[in-house]
Amino acid sequence: MISRRGGEPRLLAVATALAALVLQVVPLPYWLSILRPAVLVLVVLYWSVQAPRTGGITLGFVSGLALDVFRGSVLGQHALAVSLVVYLAIRFHLQIRNTPLFQQALFALAALFLYELVVWSIDGWSGHPVAASTRWLHPITGALVWPLIVIVLDRLRASR
Amino acid sequence: MGASRSLPSRGGAAGFRFFLYAVLAVLLMFFDQRGGWLETARSGLGAVAYPIQLAVSSPATAWKWVRESAATRAQLQSENTQLHARLHQLELRSMRFDALLRENAQLRALRTALPPVAEKYLLAEVVSVELNPLRQRLLINRGAQNGVFKGQAVLAAGGVLGQTFRVSPWSAEVILATDPEHAIPVRVERSGVRTIAVGTGSAGALTLPYLPVNADVAAGDVLLTSGLGGVFPEGYPVAVVQDVKRDPAQALAQVRAKPLAQIERDREVMLVWFHPGHPAAPWSEATALQGDAALAIRPQAAPPAPPRTRTPPAAAPPPVAPPAPGESE
Repeated sequence: MISRRGGEPRLLAVATALAALVLQVVPLPYWLSILRPAVLVLVVLYWSVQAPRTGGITLGFVSGLALDVFRGSVLGQHALAVSLVVYLAIRFHLQIRNTPLFQQALFALAALFLYELVVWSIDGWSGHPVAASTRWLHPITGALVWPLIVIVLDRLRASR
Repeated sequence: MGASRSLPSRGGAAGFRFFLYAVLAVLLMFFDQRGGWLETARSGLGAVAYPIQLAVSSPATAWKWVRESAATRAQLQSENTQLHARLHQLELRSMRFDALLRENAQLRALRTALPPVAEKYLLAEVVSVELNPLRQRLLINRGAQNGVFKGQAVLAAGGVLGQTFRVSPWSAEVILATDPEHAIPVRVERSGVRTIAVGTGSAGALTLPYLPVNADVAAGDVLLTSGLGGVFPEGYPVAVVQDVKRDPAQALAQVRAKPLAQIERDREVMLVWFHPGHPAAPWSEATALQGDAALAIRPQAAPPAPPRTRTPPAAAPPPVAPPAPGESE
């Protein structure tokens, strides 16, 4: 694993989260957008697992709030969902961190499903349409890109 | 707080913090659903988000710019001739429209021709488009600073596109008529049947879920706004009925319609302001209580006799050659 030099990479965490936000809201054709992984959630999860003290739940909450503003959903919907998965990631970060990438991807799959489940149920409570089954596709692509995100962010942290 | 560095208490602190954020999120959702003061907070957040949204849509804008500046002279010329032809067509049509307008004003026994129902137009550019089964939205580059208000009618080439849903200082979110959460009061042009067209979540379809099996509607019928509901004025085209399914076992017919507004063709939409007192303006409690001006312009119960029988020279160019002045004496 990476040796930690200097303080916590707080600035790097915020910068990567901002880049991930852009990736997650950039307009795409419909068939691509249903496959688009929740990059922001994955990046925030990475920071929670690898360096739980840098961003913590605050980073998760703020990222979720940004998603709410960009998606136009009920304020607090994504904030709650992201905070929940980030809390779980921080709670079990020691166990997750020491498993191979493949098992970490399984954790990411479970976390993304939980995230979508929370978003979906709040959609239902607040009277928004919930019928589309395509919304359950993105956790799978998210789990597939998890190793890539870990490798890229590890590099970024090492080169600091 | 040296003790907080040990693992168990750190987990406890995370749990406590999560609890706080969860309560905050639930409170936010509660107040956002209720509407009210969070609306202004939301507008501020939208203003903060707007630069990022602009940046995010910049690749598409840049591509459009490259394509436009690479257009050849021949392409531009052919486009120019096409536009000229279209302009002539529209001029001819608007001439006829003016005539009809005057005739209509006379029939309503009004001394002066009615002004057009639309008072002001404002072109807005589409910053980003979101078309998926759950949300059909646009982001446009005009906002409260340009006088845009919530619930304003948005038109595009061909017909009604939707209405503004959230307004930030420099941008606004438009909910399209095809959004599953959007409904628009319409009337069938041919038969006058009034109903409501609801979005389906697919960009090419509206549905009319409240028509009985025996309603007078057929494929090819044009749906116009009915002027009810207080957002859209009366008589603007919305959609064309595509197919009607009548199942005798069910009380309601299944009708699908194709929206007439085209958003993909050019990235511009039109925001419209209407005369509040105009007979074709959207009807609502607010406009109904506008006072004498509104009452005066509504058709009267017993119209006075038309002042002149002869048509004024500017009105309604007759379809046949006008008779010589000597003959009509």
